[in-house]
Amino acid sequence: MTHRTQLQRLFIAAAAIAILAGCASTPLEENKAPVADKSAPPPAPTPPPAPDTRAVQRVDTAPTQIDPLTDPNGTLAKRSVFFDFDRFDVKAEFQPLVEAHGRYLSSMKQRHVVIEGNADERGSREYNLALGQKRADAVKSRLTLLGATDSQIETISYGEERPRATGHDESSWAQNRRADIVYK
Amino acid sequence: MLRTDFRWWGTCALALCLITSSAQTHAQLRVEVTGVGSNQTPIAIAQFQVDGGPAPQDIDDIIRADLTRSGVFRMIDTGNTPIPESARVDLGDWKSKGADAVVVGSVAKLADGRFDVRFRLYDAVKQQQIDGLSYLSSAAELRLNSHRIADRIYEKLTGVRGVFATRIAYVVQLSKTSFELQISDADGANAQTALRSREPIMSPSWAPDGIRLAYVSFETAKPVVYIHTLTTGERKAIANFRGSNSAPAWSPDGKMLAVALTRDGPTSIYTMNSDGSALKRITNSGAIDTEPFFSADGKSIYFTSDRGGGPQIYRMDPGGGNVQRVTFTGDYNVSPRLSPDGHTLVYVSRRNNKFQVQALDLASGQEVGLTDTVLDESPSFAPNGRLLLYATEVNGRGVLASASTDARVHTRLTGPNGDVREPTWGPFIK
Repeated sequence: MTHRTQLQRLFIAAAAIAILAGCASTPLEENKAPVADKSAPPPAPTPPPAPDTRAVQRVDTAPTQIDPLTDPNGTLAKRSVFFDFDRFDVKAEFQPLVEAHGRYLSSMKQRHVVIEGNADERGSREYNLALGQKRADAVKSRLTLLGATDSQIETISYGEERPRATGHDESSWAQNRRADIVYK
Repeated sequence: MLRTDFRWWGTCALALCLITSSAQTHAQLRVEVTGVGSNQTPIAIAQFQVDGGPAPQDIDDIIRADLTRSGVFRMIDTGNTPIPESARVDLGDWKSKGADAVVVGSVAKLADGRFDVRFRLYDAVKQQQIDGLSYLSSAAELRLNSHRIADRIYEKLTGVRGVFATRIAYVVQLSKTSFELQISDADGANAQTALRSREPIMSPSWAPDGIRLAYVSFETAKPVVYIHTLTTGERKAIANFRGSNSAPAWSPDGKMLAVALTRDGPTSIYTMNSDGSALKRITNSGAIDTEPFFSADGKSIYFTSDRGGGPQIYRMDPGGGNVQRVTFTGDYNVSPRLSPDGHTLVYVSRRNNKFQVQALDLASGQEVGLTDTVLDESPSFAPNGRLLLYATEVNGRGVLASASTDARVHTRLTGPNGDVREPTWGPFIK
């Protein structure tokens, strides 16, 4: 029993090696030449090209790094924060957006934004002007928590005076209860 | 100057369709009256006799329209035959036709182009004349003098001063970049543009002199409070601080303004002299404090604040002391206006997702809804306290509407185009 088992094992091992060898055999053999070449002296370096007197080297004073603000697919492309009726708390779903702008402003101290607060048409125009201001201020305070400075951010309210959507239904109202981050 | 020919309209619930004749009717007035059987005085206003050439205004039409809109009169049909001011009036006959009061009149064109307007008011119950007057009027003043006659009739029969010769101010948005502040007669006719802007205008507020208005204009891309003298067009930015400047309200003596500013942080109420001096912050709640409104006695300022979590109406002394909460029903009450007698506070309240004007009797705490529209804004009392003007929305358009303070009579005012909003009723004219 034992003897046969050992034989079987040997056979299986041999078969496995044969299979592996069979599988790998063709590329291995073809690769032999370049592997052997490694020990050969390196080819003579090509001589450096003669200086081109007509070359023009471009110099750009702007940073070569791409500004993430201009990436249309980035989080920073989203610049509107929407609110519930008579509320000015930044909802959880908009916090990543606000945080991205806060980090960006924190790293780009030369950039400035105006945050424009808006309200839907219902209720008092004066109260909505104040509510829009609170919405803008709420976004500003989150941006400053993330390192943006006070001098980078101006807030303004248009109340219900500049609606983005002019319908008189919830879908329009929802679009108008908004704070926009506007880069200068 | 753009003139907006407004038309009051509504549906005729009662058969008072007062405009009985006349192709030269200037405003199509139809009034919706609810509360049939209320104590309306039945009045017969005969067609005025016209002599010496046609008059540019239909005087009896204007008087009838004014009195009907007040809600306290019911028109008795007078047929198509004019009755001159000098005629002997058979008061017994009019009484039998149901009239308690009768008005007859004449308008005669004079050689110098002016008009001699005369009227007599009779009490058909007591069988006696109770008023009679003649005016010498230019053609341009005929409409104003018609309103003055309506004011005299109203006062003689109700004991309350009439408001038909007063004016209103409001904002019209004609397009996304076209806003106008307009001034018209109290019936919406004779509209004139005081200010035209590409940016929003809001919160007009009449000075007690009836000549100046304070308002908020966004013309410099932010809200700034201006005082504008209508007769000269002179304007002065009276509050132009860092942040928002808004919600101007005059003290009853015209010497002071209350405004809402964000210059020191959250929207707070400040007072200043009407020349802009002596700025003083009078609220400091950390919450929104806005829409100040002086009581007629100057002893209180009512205002909107969300210090309790949602917007509610509060009152305080003009110096900012003695703050008390006034509204407790509902979670959204804004735009407080106190009646001239100080007894009734109106405001816009959100109830079941409708924004409607409510009237609160301050003594009893009784609250009455005054409107059946759903997006009401900016209520404004007539200076006699009997009518309320407000903005609302009908078929997606901003319109003005009025309601009697007993909620029985409703009328609407729409312009030929644009959204009409932010109405404010001017003071009595001396």
